[in-house]
Amino acid sequence: MAFASKSPWVIHYDASSCNGCDIEVLAALCPGFDAERFGVINTGNPKHADIFLVTGSVNERNISVIKEIYDQMVEPKVVVACGICACTGGIFHDCYNVIGGVDKAIPVDVYAPGCAVRPEAIIDAVVQAVGILDEKSKALAAARKGA
Amino acid sequence: MGKATVIPFGPQHPVLPEPLHLDLVVEDEKVLEAIPQIGFVHRGLEKLVETRDYNQFIYVAERICGICAFGHSMGYAETVERLMGVQIPPRAEVLRAIWHELSRIHSHVLWMGLAADAFGFESLFMHCWRLRERVLDVFEKTTGGRVIFSVVKVGGVVRDIDEGQFAEMKRVLEGIKSDYRQICNAFLKDASVKNRTVGVGYLSREDALELSMVGPFARASNVNNDARMLRNGGYAYLEGFEPILDDQGDCYARVKVRALEVLQSIDIIEELISKVPQGEIAVPVKGSPADGAESSNVVEQPRGECYYYARGNGTKFLDRMRMRTPTSQNLAGMVKALEGCDLADVNMIVLTIDPCISCTER
Repeated sequence: MAFASKSPWVIHYDASSCNGCDIEVLAALCPGFDAERFGVINTGNPKHADIFLVTGSVNERNISVIKEIYDQMVEPKVVVACGICACTGGIFHDCYNVIGGVDKAIPVDVYAPGCAVRPEAIIDAVVQAVGILDEKSKALAAARKGA
Repeated sequence: MGKATVIPFGPQHPVLPEPLHLDLVVEDEKVLEAIPQIGFVHRGLEKLVETRDYNQFIYVAERICGICAFGHSMGYAETVERLMGVQIPPRAEVLRAIWHELSRIHSHVLWMGLAADAFGFESLFMHCWRLRERVLDVFEKTTGGRVIFSVVKVGGVVRDIDEGQFAEMKRVLEGIKSDYRQICNAFLKDASVKNRTVGVGYLSREDALELSMVGPFARASNVNNDARMLRNGGYAYLEGFEPILDDQGDCYARVKVRALEVLQSIDIIEELISKVPQGEIAVPVKGSPADGAESSNVVEQPRGECYYYARGNGTKFLDRMRMRTPTSQNLAGMVKALEGCDLADVNMIVLTIDPCISCTER
């Protein structure tokens, strides 16, 4: 799975973000910051994706959607929490409908804080995520050999 | 004719940057009915007025939506200023209007990019977002933020714009114009784009009035309801203001109205820059809103008219803060426009109302 680290495909889902982080995720992929030059491609299909970018906090209604997308992604996979809402709940942490950060629903590997998260922080998080993806795929290959 | 089946659309869908679920009742390739389900982004932030005082709540109001963030902070601040009878300095009013119009440019260009993505024209999407980065650079220079500015406070604005920054702003807007014309050409004259938009998702003027549509969606159906005509705040300094209307009522008209509004916003900003009054940028606000005092306000957001209502209870915490946002009005029209369309046109029609789900659900 070395190819995944050369061109990691990302999927983005807006959990309950205010849009600020969503448009920054897209802006990171568009010409201004151009994460595509590192081979990062945005996909709409969870089955094609290696990295899951989640923005916004978890609430009662979308927790099942986040889990569903995560389950549909194929191993190895990495989750990046984009923005402070996805990390901890942020400014909305004490709203009645907010459970908390994305780690309340699925395991998170990289946290990218900020309100709204800056595209540089997203690119940095994706680079870290690629490292973790490499480790996970090596562990997966070793487990397969052992089995 | 086949039997009707239900196709789920969303909440996670490649054309949707935000979660919206539609149950599409489909017969063959025709959509008979679309049943929207919302609630994926509901946070319950209106209730936060009980624990955040009226100065702190402006940061929450700004995060109702990250695209029209400035409009929401401005609308909230104006509502509270009316509640407390505060008159803000003229310079602050004009600065707010300038930032608000810049937000409109950024929002419309962003939307045009997403619309291009919806009909599969990826290079046009990238060009729109490239252009938008220049507007964001202006924001970053004048406010320090790219999407969330935190530049408005109750009683005025936090930062001033100096002459050098105004000159830079003018230069950037002038530079955007020629690139923007090329993008407009692609949107309004390219045959492959027109095939996807002309005659698609028609909504008549009667329906638009009946369903109380707002914003560019209504103006494309020839409903004249631009809240900027009230000439509130900084808009009072304009020589004149004519809303942009179209009578076709289809997706093409909605693209056209937004495309022309960007050019109009550039003109408004240039006019306002030449008329910025000198003086203070904020007045100190003391005390708290009176018990039972009520005020309301209307702001023309990029997506349409947004209504604000506030009620005080004698403490520094507001009793109630209510926003009626443009997309919650427009969802009914979207469902109407989806009736009888082709399945392949669904994403285009959903996109042309410019849905802002986090505004709708708050």
